[in-house]
Amino acid sequence: MCGIAGLQVRDPSLEPRLGELLTGMLHQAAERGPDSAGVALYGDARLTPPGHAAVSLLSPGLPAEEIAARVGGGADAVVAGQSVVVRSLVTVAELERAVRDAFPEAIVTGRGSDLAVLKGVGHPDTLAEEFALGRASGRQGIVHTRMATESAVTPEGAHPFSVAEDLCLVHNGSFANHATIRRELRAAGVVFDSENDSEVGARFVAAQLAQGYDLEKSLRLLCERFDGFYTLLVTTGDTFAVVRDAIACKPAVIAETDAWVAMASEYRCLAGLPGIESARIFEPEPEEVYTWQR
Amino acid sequence: MATVTGPPATVTTVDLQTASVRDLNAALHTTVGGMAWHVAHPDGAHNLAVGIDADLDVVIDGHAGYYCAGMNQHATVTVNGNVGVGVAENMMSGTVRVRGNASQSAGATAHGGLLVIEGDASARCGISMKGVDIVVGGSVGHMSAFMGQAGRLVVCGDAGDALGDSLYEARIYVKGTVKSLGADCVEKPLRDEHLAELSELLKAAGIDEDPAAFRRYGSARDLYHFKVDNSSAY
Repeated sequence: MCGIAGLQVRDPSLEPRLGELLTGMLHQAAERGPDSAGVALYGDARLTPPGHAAVSLLSPGLPAEEIAARVGGGADAVVAGQSVVVRSLVTVAELERAVRDAFPEAIVTGRGSDLAVLKGVGHPDTLAEEFALGRASGRQGIVHTRMATESAVTPEGAHPFSVAEDLCLVHNGSFANHATIRRELRAAGVVFDSENDSEVGARFVAAQLAQGYDLEKSLRLLCERFDGFYTLLVTTGDTFAVVRDAIACKPAVIAETDAWVAMASEYRCLAGLPGIESARIFEPEPEEVYTWQR
Repeated sequence: MATVTGPPATVTTVDLQTASVRDLNAALHTTVGGMAWHVAHPDGAHNLAVGIDADLDVVIDGHAGYYCAGMNQHATVTVNGNVGVGVAENMMSGTVRVRGNASQSAGATAHGGLLVIEGDASARCGISMKGVDIVVGGSVGHMSAFMGQAGRLVVCGDAGDALGDSLYEARIYVKGTVKSLGADCVEKPLRDEHLAELSELLKAAGIDEDPAAFRRYGSARDLYHFKVDNSSAY
């Protein structure tokens, strides 16, 4: 069991409330995964100021000023619990390189023009406070609560998995053939951060996107290649996508209004969203890729 | 807020903001029949009102999570909201009514009673049903009535893929479109006795639909016994 919830805001007037709404969704998903949690926020100016590149990493255990100084090049850093977001007025690739040079052992958990990924071990409600999630804003965000089955309870095993620029994936379920696919991707030069099965899904999608496929096609290819159980919520800078395996045994419910689209493992996560009473609510069909763009 | 009917003095309210699900279920298991119960702030909690074995009237005022009213015997449980996976699973008797939508596996393995879902039910509604009557005001998802053995499933909207797959003897009535029929499920003629039972089911569910607008589906009974010619269908 894991819990997934995500929200893409269409009505800009709701953007300041993104974090508040996600906090409620995360709280309702907490019982599905009390061991660790993570969030991805797109367009939160507090964490990712406009015009800056942002790289998220698991905290090396240093104060923000020291992290920024080590990265250099005018970067600054925000510490949020067990995660850190480093920002700088350079390209995303340049900043990621600088972060990796400064902290060769650190695990980079996200990178992008306005994406911040925060995750850690602990109860989701506690982590939400550490992340100051209630004060976040932005155009879309996803949250995940983990009940570990395939690998250890560690910050790097927590979701979301963000392994390419602006791409995030959260997973409920377990892939059966992840070891085979990991081996194939490793042979092709892909480097992994964990032994987690969900990371294999994220790396696979990233590899398809790198080949030029769009997110919808990449997720169709994932359905062809992966065995096992999965409900996936996958986001890029402008797309919010949901897909389930052929049996669709892992739960998923989607709600949509003119102002937002949201997906969650259970309806209770969505019950607090504004206008839910008149939302179009449905459970996604097996192996059908749903995408929303903004 | 409360929608419980009857004399207020006989209604016991359990507020799940202060009481636990265990408190609620323990109370429902030890109370005497004929009592009315009101559950406030269910907030999507799982396992609400499970295992009741008495003639109670329970109203859950909000959304419920997994297995709501599971194993019900004799009680009438009404949910003023949506429910999660497995509502009324293994129900033996009584009535469970969901005013909103139901997630997967509604009425799974239920032996008896009436399950009414006024909104939509998703995948595998009535999976392995063993005698329950299920009336869905909206549509049902894929593989509904999978391996159904007895009982009736009435769908006033549409049915998803593989309706009635590997069906034994349950009878299925669908008013809208059926995306596809599962293995060994076939359309059958809607005779007078079917119109009569469908009328009764719709009446019991309080849903106003014309029975003549429905189609009936059932088992072709070709998978009852192993035949090597059918091996690809197993």
